[in-house]
Amino acid sequence: MSSTTAHRAATGSRKIEQAGQQKSALAWLTLPAVIFFVVFALAPLVGVLVLSFANWDGIGAIGAAGLENWSSVLTDPGLYNALGLTFLIMIVSWLVQTPISLLLGVFTAGTQRYRAALAVLYFLPLLLSSAAVAIAYKALLDPNFGLAMGLGLPFLAQDWLGVPQLALGLVIFVIAWQFVPFHTLIYQGGVRQIPKSLYEAAQIDGAGILKQFFHITLPQLKYTIITSSTLMVVGSLTYFDLIFVLTGGGPGNSTRILALDMYLRGFRANLMGPASVIAVILVVVGLVLALFLQRLGGKDKQGSQLEGL
Amino acid sequence: MSTVLQSDSKTAPATPPAHSTKAKQSLGSRVRRLNIPGGLGGWMWLAIIIVPIYYIVITSLKTSEGYFGQNPLALPATPTLENYQLVLEANFSTYFMNSVIVTLGSVIPTVLISFMAAFAIVRGRGRYLKFVNGMFLMGLAIPLQATIIPIYLMIIRLNLYDSLLAIMLPSVAFAIPLTVLILSNFIRDVPNELFESMRLDGCSDWQTMWRLALPLTRPAIVTVAIYNGLHVWNGFLLPLVLTQSPGLRVLPLGLWTFQGEFSVNIPAVLASVVLSTLPILVIYVLGRRQLVSGLTAGFSK
Repeated sequence: MSSTTAHRAATGSRKIEQAGQQKSALAWLTLPAVIFFVVFALAPLVGVLVLSFANWDGIGAIGAAGLENWSSVLTDPGLYNALGLTFLIMIVSWLVQTPISLLLGVFTAGTQRYRAALAVLYFLPLLLSSAAVAIAYKALLDPNFGLAMGLGLPFLAQDWLGVPQLALGLVIFVIAWQFVPFHTLIYQGGVRQIPKSLYEAAQIDGAGILKQFFHITLPQLKYTIITSSTLMVVGSLTYFDLIFVLTGGGPGNSTRILALDMYLRGFRANLMGPASVIAVILVVVGLVLALFLQRLGGKDKQGSQLEGL
Repeated sequence: MSTVLQSDSKTAPATPPAHSTKAKQSLGSRVRRLNIPGGLGGWMWLAIIIVPIYYIVITSLKTSEGYFGQNPLALPATPTLENYQLVLEANFSTYFMNSVIVTLGSVIPTVLISFMAAFAIVRGRGRYLKFVNGMFLMGLAIPLQATIIPIYLMIIRLNLYDSLLAIMLPSVAFAIPLTVLILSNFIRDVPNELFESMRLDGCSDWQTMWRLALPLTRPAIVTVAIYNGLHVWNGFLLPLVLTQSPGLRVLPLGLWTFQGEFSVNIPAVLASVVLSTLPILVIYVLGRRQLVSGLTAGFSK
């Protein structure tokens, strides 16, 4: 602070100095947001680390546990099951959702009126709460009174929530059903920002639709792909409500992802210490993934901007 | 040329000038190029989206004989609203009012304090503001659900457990990072000359913020209000962990318990799903252009 003021005084311009003072006086405007964020997001973040070394059943007194929670959780095969499932659902979801939403985004960025109407309908699943979606899918999957009978497709009449592989596949499908529309929207916006001159030049050079897609659309969307992927990957750590209502983590532990594992250990088994260990792992995974994707984005941003000109 | 799409791109205020002209040009360029695989894929996805929604709506209008006796995808032979009546009699209005209170009580403070912070971050300078901006950006990457246990502890210690305020306070904190990011992106696009002329007219920062930045940021404010509203309205974990009394249930939680109570009456359960979605559908229909163009501009920069 003082060094910048001194620097400005040295320039001798009173006007600039006044502007500087006025601007730095704005800091207090951030206080309400900062206080809320620090008290209800950052402090709990520290708190979860502290609680991971504590003994607490959620009601009684809090005692010190030392490294006990950590050693018990880290040697628990349940952790690695949850961790593996979290990454599996994350990766498969990304592989399923990205091509679909990218292609739909390119498609809906076109200009026919019916595409706009489709885009409106695509948005509908986003309006339903995850709880509602999960409840609706349970009814839909009823072998006798659900979709299987309605469509006359007997292979749909499975015990979806009773067989581990089926339940896992179902969870991934329902997640895609709910979130592809959102990413379609992001890609639609990205496609609309690609300069048309690129396509004109390609057409003059005789490039077909496929060539244009792979050599113009896809590289131009690089930054959009990273934005969408970041939201998708970090978001996948928090698919709690959908899975909680749809499968409750079962059958067995076949859909028990980290967030659900944390909830069940903490609020069902009343083991807040071990649950906090899971929470810390969740935060670390989220931060590492976000940093990795950001680095990817930072590097590519410069490249794609140069290509764009 | 679709007028719907045109007005979408026009109302996108965060798009920098260079980009928006490019976007308009590109809109004009690819008019009516036949894209058969795209069209097929597009309609196929529509079927995947619509069939479950269609099933939910028609089943909610069926009597139990209709549900057990008819083809599940057939229109109800004798459409009935008795499922809706049943749901409305089963505390739906309480859940609904709780959701309204929690949503408004979270969204209004979130937008207000995030707008002030975004204004300061864009218009101010100094190490503190840079730090605050960085802190909120980092907040985007943290799965805030992971903080639920300490929040639970804190809410108990504050004697707020089992109150609607307990849901609102963390909801505001969780929404701040993204709201500040989107709002500051929009405020950054306000031409500096406008701020300068306000200052020459003798307006204070406070006045500039409310009389210049706020009206110009209104489209973004509507966007973040709807986006955050959708999240809080559909929120499940915070109400599940921080409240207990049936009288304090919000809609998603009410749905969940209702499903347990009426598990044999699927049409009634689905009627409650429809009813819980209806208010947000109305808001979406009213604010769709704004929301879609705002989100597009906010995420695809």
